[in-house]
Amino acid sequence: MIVAGQTPLKVSLIAVGASLLLIVVVFELIRSRRLRERYALLWLLTGLVLLALSAWRSGLNTIASWVGVETYPPAVLFAVALLFVLAVLLHYSTVLSKVTDQNVILAQRIALLESDLRERESESARVEASATEAQVR
Amino acid sequence: MKKIAIVPAYNEQGAIGAVIDEIRAFDCEFDVVVVDDASHDETARTAREHGARVITLPFNLGIGGAVQTGFRYAAEHGYELAARIDGDGQHDPAELRALIDTVAADDVDICTGSRFAGAESYRSSWSRRIGIRILARTVSLLTGQRVTDTTSGFQVMNRRAIELFAEDYPHDYPEVEATLMLHKHRLRLGELPVRMRERAAGQSSIRGFKTAYYMAKVMLAILIGSLRRRTTSAEDS
Repeated sequence: MIVAGQTPLKVSLIAVGASLLLIVVVFELIRSRRLRERYALLWLLTGLVLLALSAWRSGLNTIASWVGVETYPPAVLFAVALLFVLAVLLHYSTVLSKVTDQNVILAQRIALLESDLRERESESARVEASATEAQVR
Repeated sequence: MKKIAIVPAYNEQGAIGAVIDEIRAFDCEFDVVVVDDASHDETARTAREHGARVITLPFNLGIGGAVQTGFRYAAEHGYELAARIDGDGQHDPAELRALIDTVAADDVDICTGSRFAGAESYRSSWSRRIGIRILARTVSLLTGQRVTDTTSGFQVMNRRAIELFAEDYPHDYPEVEATLMLHKHRLRLGELPVRMRERAAGQSSIRGFKTAYYMAKVMLAILIGSLRRRTTSAEDS
C-alpha cells in the first residue's frame, strides 16, 4: 500500500509567505489606485486559495491523494496556481479585446467628427469671404 | 437618390487621385468619401485636391475598421446607395453600372463584383487562387448560394446593408465574415462578374506568410460565426 506523501514544513511556510505577499501587493495596488477592483478580484481569489492550501497542510495532503499525486503534495499547489494564472490571463484577453473594440469605435468617431468640423470651418470661411466681398462692393 | 462612393485608402497617394476622378467621370452624382487609414504619405491632401471628402483616422485600423468608418458616415448622412471601391485603382468605376442597376432595381441588397464569376481569368499566384477557392466553396456551402469571390472589396449596397455594416463590421480581413453576416441577417446577396485591373501602385495587404494567417483567422471566424446564434432580422421580431 502506498502511503500518502507529506508536505515538507519548509515548503508550507514559504508557500504561505508567498501567498501573503501576493495578497498584500494586490491590496497595496488597489489602495494606491493602480489596480481597479474589478481586475483585482481574480488576483485576490488566487492569493486566498493558495494561502488556504499552503496553510492547511493535512488538507493539501488529502487533496493530493484524491487527485492521485502520491509522492509530492506541493505539486497540487503548483497546479492550482497555474490554473489561476491561466484564468487571469484569459480574463485579460477578454478585457483587451473589449478595449480594442472600444478603441476602434473611438477612432472612428473622432475621424468622423474631425471631418465634420473641417467641413463646417471651410463652410463658414466661405460664407465670411462672400460677406466681406459684398461689403467691399 | 443620394449616392456615395466609399474609398478606403492607405498610402495610396499615387493612385487615389485617378480613382476619384474616374468615379466622378463615371457618375458625377456620387459623393466621394475617402477614408484615409492614417497614411504616412499625402493620400489625404491628394484626395482633397481632387474634390473628395476625406475622413482621416487617427491611427491605422486596417481595412475593416476603415471601411466601417465610411459606412458610418453614409448611415449618418442618409445615403441610400453606397459603392465601395478600393483606393489602389484596381477597381474600374465604369464596372459599377451593372452592380448599381441590380441594387437599384431592388433585386438584391448588396451586389459584389466578382473576378471569378465570368470567363475572364484573373491572374494571381496559385496559392492565392486555391485559398480564394476554398473560401468561396465554404461560403457558398454556408450561405446556400453560389459565391465565387469572397475577397472582393468591390461592392454596391442599399440602405439596409449600409445600416447593418455601420452597426457591425468585421475587422482585419472583413469580406468573408461580412458575407456570412449579411446572410444571417437575411439580406439578399448578388454577384456579378467584373474585370479588375492590376494594381496601379502599392501591394496587396495579403501576401507571403500573411496568407496562412489570413486563412486561419478567416476559417476560425467562419467556424465560430456559424455557431453563433442566428440574429433575427427586423421582420421576424
